[in-house]
Amino acid sequence: MSLVEQSHAAGGHVGKPLRRKEDPRLITGRATYVDDITLPGMLHAVVVRSPEAHARIVSIDTSAAEARDDVVAVFTGADMTDLASPLPCAWAPEGVEVKQVEHWPLARDAVKHVGDPVAVVVCEDRGAAFDAAEDVFVEYEPLPAVTDARAALADGSPLVHESLGTNQSHEWSLGGGDLEAGFAAADVIIERTVENHRISGAPIEPRGLVADYRAGHLTIHTSTQVPHFVRLFLGLMLGMSEERVRVIAPEVGGGFGAKLQMTGEEALFSWVSRKLQRPVKWIETRSEHMAVCHHGRAQTADIRMGATNDGRITAFHVKITQDLGAYLMLLTPTIPSLGAFVMNGVYDMPAVQTDIVGAYTNTCATDAIRGAGRPEATHMIEVCMDQLAAELGMDRLELRRKNFIPKENFPAETAVGIVYDSGDYAGALDKLLEHVDVAEVEASKAALREQGILRGIGFSTYTEICGLAPSRITGPAGFGLQAGLWESAIVRVTVTGAVTVYTGTSPHGQGHETTMAQVVADQLGVDPENVEIIHGDTGTGAMGLGTYGSRSTAVGTESISRAAEKVAKKVREIVAHTLEASAEDIVVQDGKFVVKGSPDKGMALAEVAGMAHVRPELLPEGMEPALEETSFYDPQNFVFPFGAHACIVDVEEETGKVRVVRHIAVDDCGPAINPMLIDGQVHGGIAHAIGQALYEQVAYDEDGQLVTGTFVDYALPTAAELPSFETDRTETPSPVNTLGVKGVGEAGTIAATPAVLNAVVDALRPVGVTYLQMPLFPERIWRAMNDAKGGAA
Amino acid sequence: MGTTTKVDVDVTVNGQRRTVAVEPRTLLVHMLRDDLGLTGTHVGCDTGNCGACTVHLDGESCKSCTVLAVQAQDSEVVTIEGLGSEGDLHPLQEAFWAKHGLQCGYCTPGMIMAAADLLARNANPTEEEIRTGLEGNLCRCTGYHNIVAAVQEAASQGVSA
Repeated sequence: MSLVEQSHAAGGHVGKPLRRKEDPRLITGRATYVDDITLPGMLHAVVVRSPEAHARIVSIDTSAAEARDDVVAVFTGADMTDLASPLPCAWAPEGVEVKQVEHWPLARDAVKHVGDPVAVVVCEDRGAAFDAAEDVFVEYEPLPAVTDARAALADGSPLVHESLGTNQSHEWSLGGGDLEAGFAAADVIIERTVENHRISGAPIEPRGLVADYRAGHLTIHTSTQVPHFVRLFLGLMLGMSEERVRVIAPEVGGGFGAKLQMTGEEALFSWVSRKLQRPVKWIETRSEHMAVCHHGRAQTADIRMGATNDGRITAFHVKITQDLGAYLMLLTPTIPSLGAFVMNGVYDMPAVQTDIVGAYTNTCATDAIRGAGRPEATHMIEVCMDQLAAELGMDRLELRRKNFIPKENFPAETAVGIVYDSGDYAGALDKLLEHVDVAEVEASKAALREQGILRGIGFSTYTEICGLAPSRITGPAGFGLQAGLWESAIVRVTVTGAVTVYTGTSPHGQGHETTMAQVVADQLGVDPENVEIIHGDTGTGAMGLGTYGSRSTAVGTESISRAAEKVAKKVREIVAHTLEASAEDIVVQDGKFVVKGSPDKGMALAEVAGMAHVRPELLPEGMEPALEETSFYDPQNFVFPFGAHACIVDVEEETGKVRVVRHIAVDDCGPAINPMLIDGQVHGGIAHAIGQALYEQVAYDEDGQLVTGTFVDYALPTAAELPSFETDRTETPSPVNTLGVKGVGEAGTIAATPAVLNAVVDALRPVGVTYLQMPLFPERIWRAMNDAKGGAA
Repeated sequence: MGTTTKVDVDVTVNGQRRTVAVEPRTLLVHMLRDDLGLTGTHVGCDTGNCGACTVHLDGESCKSCTVLAVQAQDSEVVTIEGLGSEGDLHPLQEAFWAKHGLQCGYCTPGMIMAAADLLARNANPTEEEIRTGLEGNLCRCTGYHNIVAAVQEAASQGVSA
């Protein structure tokens, strides 16, 4: 029986679309985001940032700012020389040289991109801080800038970091199988360049923090996905013993990877608070967010895919140039490598290789944004599958089916040595086709064409690698991270039988307070209403690793479940002892621990908890009082969600404007703990991907000026651009964890961009356009159509 | 603060008459948040695009970052805190909860205030009317799917004010 079926049989809560426990505070405006926090004596800070893409700092004159009323202090890089270490990059794979420079929270001699911080102004009042920042005068000597990663690697390019003597940070490869033999065996080889352009995470709440150093202790409230990482690195950077650092993630208004970071500002303002012995608040403006909060994607790949005439893929070779931006942040160089581990996608490829080159440019650093390396990989694979199908004259779905790893092969080891846990790719595609009548779409094309509309349909069949974790693979010998990525949980039952759970994950919209409570409620025979999930505070619970990489269910909830099972085992022993039954015969049924087969004979958790706390002398001989257990969980493998998406688009022939008519998604993340929340994650992921494919692009001009610095020019999709989405599921349990669960937070983003692009290309084939790159802005499409017609623009 | 002379603004907020001394340049959103402690109204951009700061000004939806506090003199302002509270939720708040119309919650107060205005003007909007009616409010989490469903749910309950 699956987790959901078991729960249903026992009168439990898993599998139900329960409305969220989080929502009452959020819908009434009573939640506390970081900007809602005010501490006594709190100061306000504004960062002075570089308007230059690349320049030497000649001088900084802070005197006019310091002379203003309300200004408490102004600091520059020259003041901040007592940090114990620079900002961290956690990527250090064995045997790989990664060229990098020391990266400090305030620039010391030079600025490397627009927005690089050069000074900070601290005032009694927020408005005054903005005024005073205008009075900091910085003289720059501009230097030549480079903003294109491939140009940065060419001879004669301006150097981002002169001291490195090159813009190339590193090279890294992952391959398996005999690539040469694979291409030799191919009848057809396609070569394509695939662009995954630079985007912003753009949570609606920008970053922000309140740092409060007092009496040798630092407490920082920061809008982060990773409070425990931030504590570790703040301790190291400030030279403070870690137990004196407490990091609290309050209500976090979206992350999408943008808040998976150890930011310069977190270190900077902790330092300022220690210096001034006052709490300091810094809230990022949207313009700052667009300029300095790490971006994502920014990969250009040259790809070769070889196949036999009957459609068997024989070799796949991907050469990625990763635009790193100006600095290596926490995971910057890791991101393309993440994609390399699943570069064969859902296909049985005998030979696959990914070669990565990292390039510095005078732009904001790139790092993890929702999907982080896997959307790029999926886009490359799925776009090439359509291109290959066209080259072979074969149906796109037939080509996919022919190469799917068959479901009987799982667990399936791929050419690069990763083991996919479970999958049924044909099953997901079959389910998708129950919702899409491809023939009907094809039949609708002619009439629409009469009206100047080009209709297209595109597909994507995908898997992803998530549930980060397994430390043996994420560590230096595998992914190359310096840290294991396990998770922790404490399950505590109070005297009255209420349950408090402490998790090391740190949600920011996912609904963990609800889904985690559903799982624990089933295990302990209580209502989810009486299970409180405590997260995002290093002052409570054990160390945990945060929320990213779709890990919070497969690793976080599994960890909680393991702690809850330890509690449940103790409860069963107490019940058995009290009722003179055997512990093996005690089961949870309809909210009670009962003797199997005798549902009248049993005890509620509250009775057991009361006994365990108040009457411990009644417990079995030698048993400790109370009900509380801890779990530290490091899984043996990743989990591999998968699915199939279809997108139907209409392109206006006259303007090149694309409208998504339908987007249909079938996703498999194992048993659905809360199907309503899973659908919500998929909807958001699809919207993010459609945004990337059609509307969003972070762009710099040749001089390194950011030209998409606000929501005026960086176009997040609005409700008016998007359709309602159609979602369905298959449920294939994972053998990796006891719950059988996978992850779904990134699935939509990973799956959807190639479906959109393939749909647009399908729409444009009748006018002679056979290939395009994202972003699919109307102008680009219009020009492609025009070029295909051989017309003058 | 500082040398700027403050001016008094007389305004009714969530049914309560208030007089607030503000700098003339203070935006309505900052007066609500910083002077009146109504932190349910959020700031998500600096160009008037995101709509997280949407409130009702004299009965109409308004981005409170685009209005000076002094312009609200003698006006009535309703914020998310005034729309409904736990135990006495506005039907739109109920519908957003029931339909999973929010995830991180940051855009939600503004989205609900904009939706309330939309339904006050058009009690039975089509999906397209809801989508164009809410295009001034950005959400990064939901893809708007369940926001639209929530507004439809509230409309079906006959919410028009």
